[in-house]
Amino acid sequence: MTQEYQDGNALAGPLAELFAVDVTAATGRCVSCGDTRRVADLRVYGHALGWVARCPSCEHVMLRLVRAPDAAWIDLQGTLSLRVPLPPA
Amino acid sequence: MSPRLEWRVATLAGVRQETPTALTLLLDVPGWPGHVPGQHVDVRLTDEDGYSTQRSYSLAAPADGDRVELTVQRVKGGEVSEYLTDTFSVGDPVELRGPVGGWFVWHPSRTAPVLLVAGGSGIVPLMAMIRARRQARSRAPFRLIHSVRSPSDQYYASELRRATRDEGGLDIATVYTRSAPTGSARPPRRIGPADLELYGWPPQFEPTCYVCGPTGFVEKVANTLVGLGHDPRRIRTERFGPTGD
Repeated sequence: MTQEYQDGNALAGPLAELFAVDVTAATGRCVSCGDTRRVADLRVYGHALGWVARCPSCEHVMLRLVRAPDAAWIDLQGTLSLRVPLPPA
Repeated sequence: MSPRLEWRVATLAGVRQETPTALTLLLDVPGWPGHVPGQHVDVRLTDEDGYSTQRSYSLAAPADGDRVELTVQRVKGGEVSEYLTDTFSVGDPVELRGPVGGWFVWHPSRTAPVLLVAGGSGIVPLMAMIRARRQARSRAPFRLIHSVRSPSDQYYASELRRATRDEGGLDIATVYTRSAPTGSARPPRRIGPADLELYGWPPQFEPTCYVCGPTGFVEKVANTLVGLGHDPRRIRTERFGPTGD
């Protein structure tokens, strides 16, 4: 893989359009290698309208996001689970 | 819960030159909701044909009412940064949304020691933390290690000099990678374990470490910190890619 990536912090804005909580602080488990990583630490390729976020351990695609003018697609088939920190209920 | 994220129109109110290739943009954003140091904004440019592109930039200072500050490093071939540093003029509008990002942040109520490690323009979100610490009169022990190519690439140089003199509990070290000021004991070279040991905190102090810079720099520093015994759970990182744009 090339070094041409940012990290998951760059997804904070695009994901905030879809979710009420800050997903970059969540921890995701990779389908491929089972490692758990902050979404903020994923390797993000591409920007503005189409992003691919890969597992830093094995480079498996964990999240894909496409923003069209009137809709967004999010593909999480590479993410087994997401643990989202919340304030105490 | 945050209020719904929306694009707002910001107006450029002023500019500060930070280095030969970096500017701080002072922007007025009506209705700005405030932010936490370390958070960033998305900036969107749209041309007359409707082609639109966006990038994410760190906020450089705590919010002051509707006024926010972004420091933008000009990147050759970076379509957003070239516009913002070359063409964008006082009075011009730009679309902005935020604040976003809840991971790479420091809350001024925290009292634990903090280690900030910046590569080049990676200092921007860390500077917001240093400024917020001053504003809150926090006593949290802070250390900043800033890696820059040469003395002319130092950001916020005079403000940081004043801050180390006037603000107790804030230490700042600059390490040079290409050319150091005359008389420096340390020859120019990339940041390494010795720098992080000398200018950082011992792992036993359990500092929260914030590392921001180009991808390669962040990987190296974060791995070195872990090697020195710092708990990976207390290391927070932000990478902006090799181009910074």
